[in-house]
Amino acid sequence: MTTEMEPRTSAAIGGMGHSVKRKEDPRFIRGVGTYIEDITLPGMLWMDIVRTPYAHATIKSIDATEALKIPGVLAVITGADLEKAGLHWMPTLAGDKQMVLPTTTVMYQAQEVAAVVATDRYAAADGVAAVFVDYEPLPVIVDPHKALAKDAFVLRPDRGPDKANNHIWHWESGDRAAADAALAAGEVRIAEDIYIPRIHVASIETCGCIADWDAVRGQMTLHMTSQAPHAIRTVLALVSGLPEQNIRVITHDIGGGFGGKVPVYPGYVLAVVASLTVGKPVKWIEDRSENLQADSFARDYHIHAEMSATKEGKITGLKVKTIADHGYTDAAADPSKYPAGLFNVITGSYDFPNAFVEVDGVYTNKPPGGVAYRCSFRVTEAVHAIERMVDILAHEIGKDPAQLRMENFIQPEQFPYKTPTGWEYDSGNYGVALQKAMDMIGYADLRKEQIEKRARGELMGIGISSFTEIVGAGPSKDFDIIGIKMFDSCEIRVHPTGKVLARIGVQTQGQGHETTFAQIIAEELGFPVGDVKIEYGDTDTAPYGLGTYASRSTPVAGAATAMAARKIREKAQKIAAHLLECAEEDLEWEPGKFSVKGSPDRSKTIQEISFAAYTNLPAGMEAGLEAVNYYDPPNLTFPFGSYICVVDIDKTTGQVKIRRFVAVDDCGNIINPMIVDGQIHGGLTMGFAPSLLESITYDELGNNQAGTFMDYLLPTAVETPRWELGKTITPSPHHPIGAKGVGESATVGAPPAIANAVVDALWHLGVRNIDIPMTPQKVWAILHEKGIA
Amino acid sequence: MTTQHVRVTVNGTEREADVEPRLLLVHLLRENFGLTGTHVGCDTSNCGACTIHVNGMSAKSCTMLAVQADGTDIRTIEGMADGATLHPLQQAFWDQHGLQCGFCTPGMIMQSAWLLNQNDNPTEDEIREGISGNLCRCTGYVNIVKAIQQAAGELRSADATK
Repeated sequence: MTTEMEPRTSAAIGGMGHSVKRKEDPRFIRGVGTYIEDITLPGMLWMDIVRTPYAHATIKSIDATEALKIPGVLAVITGADLEKAGLHWMPTLAGDKQMVLPTTTVMYQAQEVAAVVATDRYAAADGVAAVFVDYEPLPVIVDPHKALAKDAFVLRPDRGPDKANNHIWHWESGDRAAADAALAAGEVRIAEDIYIPRIHVASIETCGCIADWDAVRGQMTLHMTSQAPHAIRTVLALVSGLPEQNIRVITHDIGGGFGGKVPVYPGYVLAVVASLTVGKPVKWIEDRSENLQADSFARDYHIHAEMSATKEGKITGLKVKTIADHGYTDAAADPSKYPAGLFNVITGSYDFPNAFVEVDGVYTNKPPGGVAYRCSFRVTEAVHAIERMVDILAHEIGKDPAQLRMENFIQPEQFPYKTPTGWEYDSGNYGVALQKAMDMIGYADLRKEQIEKRARGELMGIGISSFTEIVGAGPSKDFDIIGIKMFDSCEIRVHPTGKVLARIGVQTQGQGHETTFAQIIAEELGFPVGDVKIEYGDTDTAPYGLGTYASRSTPVAGAATAMAARKIREKAQKIAAHLLECAEEDLEWEPGKFSVKGSPDRSKTIQEISFAAYTNLPAGMEAGLEAVNYYDPPNLTFPFGSYICVVDIDKTTGQVKIRRFVAVDDCGNIINPMIVDGQIHGGLTMGFAPSLLESITYDELGNNQAGTFMDYLLPTAVETPRWELGKTITPSPHHPIGAKGVGESATVGAPPAIANAVVDALWHLGVRNIDIPMTPQKVWAILHEKGIA
Repeated sequence: MTTQHVRVTVNGTEREADVEPRLLLVHLLRENFGLTGTHVGCDTSNCGACTIHVNGMSAKSCTMLAVQADGTDIRTIEGMADGATLHPLQQAFWDQHGLQCGFCTPGMIMQSAWLLNQNDNPTEDEIREGISGNLCRCTGYVNIVKAIQQAAGELRSADATK
């Protein structure tokens, strides 16, 4: 383990470890990026969507007469129209089904009811306002516990008489009997209910698309905001019956994804249907309220956790039971075998001898989704629960939370480490990361300060989170989405002049892949990073891949890129041997050239070899210098880190102020330190947001209470803490470049550090847990109840 | 629907259009004039992706009507660079990794330019307050603040040599 990455290549080459400035930025800083809304096609029409104000209602009738009288309105599409073509339902990625448009019943507020196609956006909006829908409101269930009650009405009668309830699935992992026995024998036993509320990614760009049907060529081009364009193409082929070679999905620049641009939303399908119907390009761009009310959400996990330990604080067992609110259909974009995502990574960084976790998915009258918030497939929920529980245990037995963690960490020599729920962690060094965070923040002094402040009646808390992430889905034996294995890909073409075009199966929505993937090739082949162009997001040209989410780009497609580059290097070595008239094994490689061992002046640069690949080949060798790799990872990767947060709580207002936040991350080997820091800054802010600000709640009628940015509070520069970053580097032993991925670590790790700090400030008052978001109202109510505020 | 004639100067060029009175200024810029660097993110003037300058003042163009802008002088992100030479704020956002997905960036740069016009040597707190009407979901603002500090320094030294 080290703390700094020494680059192997020169700055001119710019391989791994160099903070290369981003290649994509010149277009963005000039305002000439190409986001979906920036595209206008000849003859293009606009689509807008009629949405229900009711969370549950029967549609008695839809009358489009007045809408169709509005100048510019060309068509109104309803569920009845789709039903004729069998397109009113579509499959979800989770094996459930979802309405494109309803024919009889709406299931959540803001669900799509009809689509209006018009010559411009204003006419389309006028049309939406003029479509008259007669609804008969039905009872509403927003609480999943009520949905599971015996007398609850059935939300989804379409599932048939043998599924006459609101229970979607049961999933479990670990050994129930062993966990029960450990809990029964525990000298100390704690239990807690922890709710992790529904939140929304709210990328600053909303979702949208342009469907462009060319009837003459039989070609459907779909320009869209998607994190997984190839999967979209295949789903569209399966649903529409269009031949897959005649479907082209292009993503262009994407204004933030965070998981919200993985699902197939009805709006995309409606635009496709509209374009097929009218024979012209049709654009659909959602507005912010549609985005917040109808798009994929995250979390909404009701967790009950129990943990046992010896009276000295050695952890012995864990048992977790969770109710997962999925909305009216299960449309979570999880791998097929993992309906609760990777939630069973819940034993975290600790050496648990026994653990059992079970999750039950439940229907309610809310929009579907589940994993869209930079969460690595439910890892955020798992990390929050275990880090809260460990902290509660420490406080309960009167041991310092840092000390308790140190005593229970999986030790470096235990890796690769098998968890009681079935994962094999690749590498880790948890104690060093926590110690580094403690040193950076001055932990011992802060504890002294806390004692002094408490004596004066001031509320100060220190919270720790020592999380383990699980990313890089995934190995084909376990990981697929709709049956497609979760490999990823890279294709590299070296041109005669020694310049490179590489295409990758993953998408970028801000991560900087045009830069970092060029750096991987620079590292492996020695081409200067500026000579390597990275393309992605056009399914006609990019190799097949499952896309960018769950921090899988570097672990999977990054590995594919390194492996494709190594194939090129192997061929380059053969060409170099031919040019230098020596045996291949007499050559040695340094980034950018092969030279004859012992005669360093006899060498050929990678550029000379590139030219020879087209002009002067060994007899019998195929021309060109190209390679493709589809990488099937042998295991997932397990980034980790330790975060420490210091909070001060205003006793008069209940406001939590984060004074300091130190984040020590270990994501294995680092491609671009500047970009890694940027990912962590952003990830921490998306961990901070749901801790103190963001949540989507519903009233009993199913009305969304956070449908605009006036109500759904994204952090501004003023509230956002001033992050202090540190690193340790523990490479992944199985990844070709030793990298683990970093996009979501901070979002996964940050919330419990903040929650633990707030509870730490209030524990002496008898507070054991506060569910996030810890808003001033919530904290003030607790202080008031305790006679403080 | 009746239309109204609007004449504005955009990035130094006179532009005109016949528009519906309800047309938003941001749509005039994006759809009538093809200046798609100004983005729409929220419709409620919370996010600031649509920030431009109207007569030298920072304005959120998604909550202003095109007809309200009649006769004004408008500057958008497309008017910030001088040919191949980037504005110091554009250069600083690039140097400091002050952007990721880039969607908020034009509005953030326009707001920062107005901020530095009002205060050429802001403290970090003043910068954070000054951009608090612009939301960024990717960067956590750390590098945006650094970029504004870099540009402030460069603009001050450029002024000093004038």
